[in-house]
Amino acid sequence: MRSDRSTSAPLGLKIAAIGGLAFLHIPILLIFLYAFTTEEKSYQFPPPGLTLQWFAVTWNRPDVWAALTLSVKVATIATAIALVLGTLCAAAVSQTRFFGRETISLLVILPIALPGIITGIALRSAFSMADIPFSFWTIVLGHATFCIVVVYNNAVARFRRVSGSLIEASMDLGADGFQTFRHVILPNIGTALLAGGMLAFALSFDEVIVTTFTGGQQSTLPIWMLEELIRPRQRPVTNVVAMVVMLVTFLPILAAYYLTRDGDQIAGAGK
Amino acid sequence: MSALVTEATILPNRPGLTGRLSDFLWKHPHVLLAVLLGPPVLWLGIIYLGSLFALLLQSFFSIDDFSGLINYEFTLATYRQLLSDANFDIIVRTVTMAAVVTLFSALIAFPIAYYAARYAKGKWKAVFYLGIMLPLWSSYLVKIYAWKLILAKEGILTWAFAKLHLLWLLDAWLSLPVIGGNSLSVSYTGTFLVFVYVWMPFMILPIQAALERVPGNLIEASSDLGGTPQQTFRHVLFPLALPGIVAGSIFTFSLTLGDYIIPQIIGSSRLFIGQAVYAQQGTAGNIPLAAAFTVVPIVIMGLYLWMAKRLGAFDAL
Repeated sequence: MRSDRSTSAPLGLKIAAIGGLAFLHIPILLIFLYAFTTEEKSYQFPPPGLTLQWFAVTWNRPDVWAALTLSVKVATIATAIALVLGTLCAAAVSQTRFFGRETISLLVILPIALPGIITGIALRSAFSMADIPFSFWTIVLGHATFCIVVVYNNAVARFRRVSGSLIEASMDLGADGFQTFRHVILPNIGTALLAGGMLAFALSFDEVIVTTFTGGQQSTLPIWMLEELIRPRQRPVTNVVAMVVMLVTFLPILAAYYLTRDGDQIAGAGK
Repeated sequence: MSALVTEATILPNRPGLTGRLSDFLWKHPHVLLAVLLGPPVLWLGIIYLGSLFALLLQSFFSIDDFSGLINYEFTLATYRQLLSDANFDIIVRTVTMAAVVTLFSALIAFPIAYYAARYAKGKWKAVFYLGIMLPLWSSYLVKIYAWKLILAKEGILTWAFAKLHLLWLLDAWLSLPVIGGNSLSVSYTGTFLVFVYVWMPFMILPIQAALERVPGNLIEASSDLGGTPQQTFRHVLFPLALPGIVAGSIFTFSLTLGDYIIPQIIGSSRLFIGQAVYAQQGTAGNIPLAAAFTVVPIVIMGLYLWMAKRLGAFDAL
């Protein structure tokens, strides 16, 4: 029976799929290995020995802490702005029909669809034309712009599943628009917003291209990392920071996954 | 008659400020729409599109060769400069790289996406999903750094080739013109590998989304009707997956076109568009030429998006 074949994958496909996943993960595993190496001057493999001393050295580096704090601050504020703007936009696009809906989707996606260097240089030249000095806030402004799309995508996907009759029922039962939002819409889209927010945070925390153009003297963690990549000063410290950055971005991704995986079972969504 | 009934069933106005506001918005949906859309559209319109237009405008100015100041008069001189041999080479090099990276990303991504969409069940589904999401979202710079470790002369790749007694193969590859170099980390091969590694995950998800929408019985019908697996793939699966591939290629193509950090860290000294923009606006101080360079990816992506839309790729996003 030919159709029986569909139950198990052909061997070639299995090898190609597993090989592809291995290609994606081996470099990440290497980062974890190199954080423990005793080798200071080169990227020698296999590492001549393993040590924990570089964790202590990194812990006592004020420049790493300063960069980390700045990154967290920028990502937090940019995420907050993106959450508000992204949700508003998603609500408008999914709950109403109006002329130019497609254009709005395009406008939201554009900052991430066009290469980062274009967003970066456009903002930079606009800031200098308007005589706005580069600061913490110019970084936030740039980050929020491309974070909107992540929140928007998550919120739109969830709004599509929130049944319109739920909202109408709430209004019919005497709730006003704000009460409906607070007690009906928000509980339904809450986890999607949280997931979108986490992804936006990860995106901002990791952003380097737009930041090089919109930041002044401040250095976020990715900027610090970039300087180390171009002119390595202390390789072991960079190894440790690389591993920590990897772990810090993994957490929001895992959290976002667990928040949205059961997304299909929303009350009233069966309509 | 019906008007009378409607009149009677309408509730009295709600009390309080929020109540009246709520009523007002309910009766005037256009105002509600404006309230919802206003802030995001203003933000993106003013900050993003405003900056973008200001930048594009600058590409029609030129720079005074003697003073180095911008000459604010409409001219096409900057575009003539853009199409000079040296600069045109940069454009061709970047577009070629983007095309090759996109092709190989699709080749590597397709089996992963196909397996995840059709064969992975239960726990494996989660493993595949996270196995794609984690590399996709993990730090861009750390991923490049990982490849610096891998491609270094004393790194794992050279070690692996030595263990397999294949060092001669590596040396033969590096001695090739154009794609070779002194070591992998300063060759186009290195740049290409890192590009594929960093952007390939963006290809998997749209392909997977497209494949998941292909009903399993369509494949079975094809083989019941006597199609070999190759024919089924060629005539059923591939055409249905194509919008997904095109959607994924939007990312891999666009991201490769504009990147300036990867070729700067791993690659030869010959420039890509991103690096040219960076150099022109920074050390050279030639904003008009930098702006003209940014027009190239915008135009290419504009055409690309237009074609993708016609192929229905946006439904696969």
